[in-house]
Amino acid sequence: MMKTTRLLALAAAAFLSAPLTTLAAVPEPLVPPHQKWDFDGPFGQFDQKALQRGFMVYDRICSTCHGMKALTYNDLSGIGMSEQAILDLAHSKMIAGPPDVSGQPTSRPGRPDDHFRSPFPSDEAAAAMMGGVAPPDQSRLAVIQPHGADWLYAFLTGYKMPPPADAPVVPGKFYNDWVDGHLIGMPPPLMNGMIQYPDGTPATVEQQARDVTSFLVWAADPHRTARHRTGLWVVLYLIGLLVLAIAWKKKTWKRVKSQ
Amino acid sequence: MKTPENTGDHSANTPPATGLAGWIDQRLPVISAFRAEYVDFRLPRNLNWLWNFGAILTVVLVLMLATGIFLAMNYTATDAGAFLSVEAIDRQLSGGWLLRAMHMTGANLFLAALYIHLFRGLYYGSYKAPREILWLTGLILLVMVMATAFAGYMLPWGQMSYWGADVITKAVGAVPVIGGALEHIMTGSDHLGDVFLHRFFVLHFLMAFLVVAVVGLHVTAVHISGSNNPLGIEPKTKKDTLTFHPYYTTKDLVGLIIFALIFTALMFFWPNLLAEPANYAPADPMHTPADIEPEWYFLPFYGLLQSVPSKFGGLLAAAGSIVVLFFLPWLDRSPIRSARFRPLCRVGLLGLVVAFVLLAVAGKHHAEGVWMIVARLAGLYYFGYFLVLLPLAARMEKTRPLPSSIAAAEGDA
Repeated sequence: MMKTTRLLALAAAAFLSAPLTTLAAVPEPLVPPHQKWDFDGPFGQFDQKALQRGFMVYDRICSTCHGMKALTYNDLSGIGMSEQAILDLAHSKMIAGPPDVSGQPTSRPGRPDDHFRSPFPSDEAAAAMMGGVAPPDQSRLAVIQPHGADWLYAFLTGYKMPPPADAPVVPGKFYNDWVDGHLIGMPPPLMNGMIQYPDGTPATVEQQARDVTSFLVWAADPHRTARHRTGLWVVLYLIGLLVLAIAWKKKTWKRVKSQ
Repeated sequence: MKTPENTGDHSANTPPATGLAGWIDQRLPVISAFRAEYVDFRLPRNLNWLWNFGAILTVVLVLMLATGIFLAMNYTATDAGAFLSVEAIDRQLSGGWLLRAMHMTGANLFLAALYIHLFRGLYYGSYKAPREILWLTGLILLVMVMATAFAGYMLPWGQMSYWGADVITKAVGAVPVIGGALEHIMTGSDHLGDVFLHRFFVLHFLMAFLVVAVVGLHVTAVHISGSNNPLGIEPKTKKDTLTFHPYYTTKDLVGLIIFALIFTALMFFWPNLLAEPANYAPADPMHTPADIEPEWYFLPFYGLLQSVPSKFGGLLAAAGSIVVLFFLPWLDRSPIRSARFRPLCRVGLLGLVVAFVLLAVAGKHHAEGVWMIVARLAGLYYFGYFLVLLPLAARMEKTRPLPSSIAAAEGDA
């Protein structure tokens, strides 16, 4: 009897502990330093000026390689662009049209309800032209990327030129503190004074990185400001309603309790 | 002095409706039926806040149908179009982001409320005679809601939708003999694409309305057998009960508003607590995500699925964890319903909740390393509770004495 019990216990222990050996050390992911953002937290709101500067950076620099195909030009009214500015912007983009009568590809000026023009005809074409990896679409990049805004900012300001002495040098790759293996095919996109902000904000790399990060976070969650504002009113309304409902309930139940 | 008998109870002295209402009621007694079931209907007087969740679930179900219909009008169930159509709902459709946020939050909180509702049934022994059918219809609803939630999660066709579908269809494929055929019926073609997505869209939409039908049966059953209560003893006199209106309408209203506050706080301020970021990347069959995990409400079952070394065994364990609930009224033969009077079961049930949560955490860690052991122990405990502890407790447990009536327990004998 004892023997059976011990055997059973042994078998159970073996069954339970079998996969323990697979426990391997996983390298800790890099945590970028936390930045202060206007849009953080449950009441955070976007700064429209920053979003407009950020869109400028995206439009002049990022969009040469990265698509943002979930957005239409009309969506930019969300960062405070006027209808006329959106119309002009869309009109300045040449978008692929239907083939003409002889089957030749055509292009036409964009319209406000067109989706953002993709820089490449397809992901395959993008991969072929960009060294094997297609630049990721940026519509939801700030959500998908762990540490979202903090990582984007750290990454955009994290290129080291020249790379640290002990870093491996691979032709066509650039050193960045915030990517896996520290090497990435994307060259440093931002330079001091590369663009001029119409509102006179000095266009340092850090400023551009902050602005375009804000813009990417907005693109990934365009209704955040409205959501937070609406939410506040709804919660206040519900609290008012709750007070009334509790009073009604108490008044009703007094008849039961006071017997 | 006012008493519940002469203030809230209209059943004896309500005059029959006159005029147009009377004309309708004589031909189709909807008005008197509503009055009988939702105004004068008598419930035990001692129902606590856990009895709010029936009403809460009903309201969330209506919200899901209302938002779901409008989402469906703007959704495209194709491999190429699904992801972008959901993006368009979120971005370009006026108010679409709010519709979708309500539907997503609703799905999560529906399952949360359902688990609380189920726990209440377990704790107060609501599955025992004469409420077996009520319990069984509730479990059918649980299964249907889980299927609906799973199908719904496929629809945005993001990475987690696709790879979740991949895991589940392959798990179904692991069933001996008929697995291959079952898998093919589910996917509809040799890959997860248009046919699969269209099928699950139709299934999601259809199931939602079938759920409404079964809710009808469930509610009918509770109106026949009457609600259980925290003491688990049947009301004997009118003194033990209160009318649905105004007593429980006001109590349900307070519960509903508190639930709505939690709902809106999550939806407006912390939506990312419930959403899986990886599902904002479109489905890509060529690129397996590092971490495939289901929504939180499936994690306990995922933990069970992964804790068993064989795929089919895991599937059996996960499915068995729900199947065993169907036999509960006949596994637990104790005449005492409420765990308040069953010290052993009370502790055992607390352990069951802990095991369920541990299985979820283990599922989140893919039952790797220590979590494999935890998942197996928790899984053993889960089945042990239903198959060993409950049948034995009915014979061995020393129960506490029951009060003579509900009113007596409330100090109103």
